Amino acid sequence: MAFRIIEHAKLERNVALLGVFALVTVMIGGLVQITPLFWIDSTIEKVEGVRPYTPLEQAGRNIYIREGCYVCHSQQVRPFRDEVERYGPYSLAAESMYDHPFQWGSKRTGPDLARVGGRYSDEWHRAHLKDPRAVVPESIMPPYAFLAEKSLRTDDIVAQLTALSRVGVPYSKEAIAKAAADLEAQANPDADATELKKRYPKVQVRDYDGDPTKITEMDALVSYLQVLGTMVDHKKAASQQVPNEGAAK
Amino acid sequence: MAKQPVHDGQRVDAPTGTAFVGHEWDGIEELNTPLPRWWLWTFYFTIVWAIIYTVLYPAWPMIEKATAGTLGWTSHGQLAAEMTAANAKRAPLINALAAVPVEQLVSDQKVYQAAVSGGAAAFKVHCVQCHGSGATGSKGYPNLNDDDWLWGGDINAIHYTLTHGIRNPEHAETRQSAMPQFDAMFKPAELNAVVQHVQSLSGKAKPNAAGAALFATNCVSCHGANGKGLREFGAPNLTDNIWLYGGDAASIKQTVRYSRQGVMPRWGDKLDPATIKMLAAYVHSLGGGEATVAAAPIAATPAAAATEAK
Repeated sequence: MAFRIIEHAKLERNVALLGVFALVTVMIGGLVQITPLFWIDSTIEKVEGVRPYTPLEQAGRNIYIREGCYVCHSQQVRPFRDEVERYGPYSLAAESMYDHPFQWGSKRTGPDLARVGGRYSDEWHRAHLKDPRAVVPESIMPPYAFLAEKSLRTDDIVAQLTALSRVGVPYSKEAIAKAAADLEAQANPDADATELKKRYPKVQVRDYDGDPTKITEMDALVSYLQVLGTMVDHKKAASQQVPNEGAAK
Repeated sequence: MAKQPVHDGQRVDAPTGTAFVGHEWDGIEELNTPLPRWWLWTFYFTIVWAIIYTVLYPAWPMIEKATAGTLGWTSHGQLAAEMTAANAKRAPLINALAAVPVEQLVSDQKVYQAAVSGGAAAFKVHCVQCHGSGATGSKGYPNLNDDDWLWGGDINAIHYTLTHGIRNPEHAETRQSAMPQFDAMFKPAELNAVVQHVQSLSGKAKPNAAGAALFATNCVSCHGANGKGLREFGAPNLTDNIWLYGGDAASIKQTVRYSRQGVMPRWGDKLDPATIKMLAAYVHSLGGGEATVAAAPIAATPAAAATEAK
């Protein structure tokens, strides 16, 4: 090009100058990516109904991540007609505000799971996780039968919630202290769940794995799947998510 | 090659006529070959296009939100427009469906048939995972093609089940019943007698008095004295040899000891009313659909009569 601020030959031969220019270039790229994060709080709209996961759901979420479910399943209904008609209302940013890490994506081998909660019975989930082809003959999902056998590890749940609270998930001190009790209360329909229900509105309490003798990883995973996409009353929330008023309605 | 003073463009490579850059590595020198013109102009065009694009569409992140773009385009807006267009196309059927009460849907053949085909499509998206692609069901998930209904097979009952589901604990209007667990109540011999009696109802075993007596005291309040079930409680008919969880002695024993609590999701808060009506029409059309009790007076219409005759 005709205009030159500095001869490139000079840049290539002067290490200090090259260092300075490289720094400036990287800084511009960094600023573009990092600066918006400082305003992230103002970009996530508050939506009524979103609450942190209960200890049992959070434990299930950890299993979901451990087993790599995200490799085939996304949790993001994109605002396209084919997705909205199949999966339900498109995902709102606020719905994954307590997800660390979030499970967004568009690469799907299995269906999107952002709104899977309440679409199937617990029994269906159990049958499907043990042997997917028992209920969906054409499925290529691997079986996860061992989840029903394996007792859920609960000794680290306080640490899990503490870690999440440090990155901004609003678990109260009480919720963290009583995490183990809350976890057990949610999987046992006969337990006293009044405190759990107070801390986690609309929490679903039942024996998710159909085995009342112990709390298994199946309990945790099914409870997580059953809460996905159910926190927000999307009929009410729809109006809160219109970036350009008038354009969408 | 003889070394010459380095000056851009001064020294020219004879075979190509291109100037040297001036770099040399062990006798290998770099030519200052210009970029192809077509490539360069494409590159300039992409820069210009990028500038135009950022003006027209949402692009630059600002403090509160990104710049909106002069076209006012949003992905949500595009979706809304697409949905509006699709809904407009569907409007005649949706409006017709809304105008007909669900119990009279069968007597309006034109709307009914349209609803059945719409329901068939919706069934493939939302229902096949449990009831199977042919609606033939599997263990624990009822076959919808036969006339054996747990909670009622007229279109109104089907519509209610679809809307409110079965055993949704947090939903007041859901279909609810709970067979007791007889594990602790029956001794092994009594259990066997009851199971044998239940099997005898459909001719799979010989009748026995002890089982009949136990059945009479424990089971008739829901399953009826003759074992034909009671739809009010979703209690299955035990005489028709149609088994949701298996009719062999071991399966029935399991059912009696621990009871089964089949769950169906409620679709009232997931699907729109028109889709639920279409699904009700489709399930009703599968073969076992019964005439609505309330609609019996107008059952004289050929459609309802034909359905009733099945």
